[in-house]
Amino acid sequence: MAAKLAVSLDGELVEITIRSLQVTITATLIAALIGLPLGAWLAVSRFPARRYIIALLNALMGLPPVVVGLIVYILLSRAGPFGVLGLLFTPTAMVIAQVIIITPLIASIAHQAMRELWADYRDLLISLNATRMQRIATLVWDGRRTLLTAKLAGFGRGIGEVGAIMIVGGNIDNATRVLTTAIALETGKGDFALALALGFILIGLAVAVNLGIHMLSRTEQGSLW
Amino acid sequence: MQSILPLTLEDIEIRRNGKRLLGPVSWVLDGAGISILMGPNGSGKTTFLRAMHGIERISGGRIRWAAQAPEVQQAQAFVFQAPIMMRRTVRDSIAYPLRLRGVSRAQARSAAEEWAARVGLGAALARPAMVLSGGEKQKLALARALVTAPQLLFLDEPCANLDGRATHDIEHILQDACKAGTRVVMSTHDIGQARRLADDVLFLHDGRLLETAPKDQFFTRPATPEGAAFLKGDLLL
Ligand SMILES: Nc1ncnc2c1ncn2[C@@H]1O[C@H](COP(=O)(O)OP(=O)(O)OP(=O)(O)O)[C@@H](O)[C@H]1O
Ligand SMILES: [Mg+2]
Repeated sequence: MAAKLAVSLDGELVEITIRSLQVTITATLIAALIGLPLGAWLAVSRFPARRYIIALLNALMGLPPVVVGLIVYILLSRAGPFGVLGLLFTPTAMVIAQVIIITPLIASIAHQAMRELWADYRDLLISLNATRMQRIATLVWDGRRTLLTAKLAGFGRGIGEVGAIMIVGGNIDNATRVLTTAIALETGKGDFALALALGFILIGLAVAVNLGIHMLSRTEQGSLW
Repeated sequence: MQSILPLTLEDIEIRRNGKRLLGPVSWVLDGAGISILMGPNGSGKTTFLRAMHGIERISGGRIRWAAQAPEVQQAQAFVFQAPIMMRRTVRDSIAYPLRLRGVSRAQARSAAEEWAARVGLGAALARPAMVLSGGEKQKLALARALVTAPQLLFLDEPCANLDGRATHDIEHILQDACKAGTRVVMSTHDIGQARRLADDVLFLHDGRLLETAPKDQFFTRPATPEGAAFLKGDLLL
């Protein structure tokens, strides 16, 4: 029954799915743009505050999404500092919340991967007198396949996240309702069939993205060039 | 371009965790040709080369060049004892130092292809550097070092673990580079190689530079008992 519903490509289901993808893919891309260079920068730099930044990153990684949602809500609410932008209860607000949730995760995983690559490259890049920016760019470029894992983890965290986007998005029909918030709503209403259908789509998406990237990276040569 | 040589080392010393690894060493590197650094395992060859190249912090003494900092860095290259392979193709690996210096992709690639051909990697351009054999990796590292036409080239045992053929190829490339005006300083364990390549020999023992002599003098009349014992192949205890 649930499977049949999912397969029938109900118009609303499709819309919700596309919105979910839009929000999380946008958030993942922005978070990657921040998190990957940040991770690489932490790997190539040696300065006293570095340890604290890493500790902060790890702490942020454990931040409950609901709390992130609450903070973004306060910042974006009409009385808040960014209230004039009128972003609350829009997909943009959801992207902002997800970027905050995903970035520490991506930066942290990237940092681990980049540390290994840097241990390998260190002598060469110092000998070649590469600037710090060049070192970061080289690590991110040469590690790009390994870094897919970081992006993937970020996407996975975002697509399944419900607490923050529920608060800042408001789960508004035809505007900010996504797969996870729709599941929460339908479950609450007792419409388990629809909730399950949405759940299958969610799982399907996660599996599809993983498979796609797995194939793209041709794992055997993935780390070689 | 202005010459970065002579390089003057004044009583340089390197200590780590209270242990003296090198020095005090004084030496002047100038002129042309190939200087070969010899000495037993752990005598400080790698440390000495890295110190001259400026990638090993010195604990004492002074290093002086004839030119200013940015030129000095740009005019030298280093080939490491264990070649460092990037996650790139052979072509892009050799092009990399040029790319860092702002050379266009097209120009860097064509220079890389030329150098790949010279070191015998012309057929491997599109292969990932990581899958090359040990000898091919050394050749790649050499091409990557020479592609910037350095005034000064350091090599740390570039032929360790290579067979006769690959060793011969690399020695040939080094002699060509030397003729083209690159000053070469390299370490080796291979006394035969030192005899073939060296203009002068530096003998290092327990972190001290015991001898600096023209090749013939070192091989026929070593000035120290340690040098003589090393040449005889005795274990230096
Ligand atoms: N960072 C370090 N901390 C402590 N000891 C070190 C460090 N780096 C090198 N050493 C020691 O310094 C000594 C000289 O090392 P070095 O690598 O320069 O020798 P080498 O002549 O190149 O030897 P090999 O022929 O085996 O390559 C060795 O005893 C080594 O263990
Ligand atoms: Mg060594």
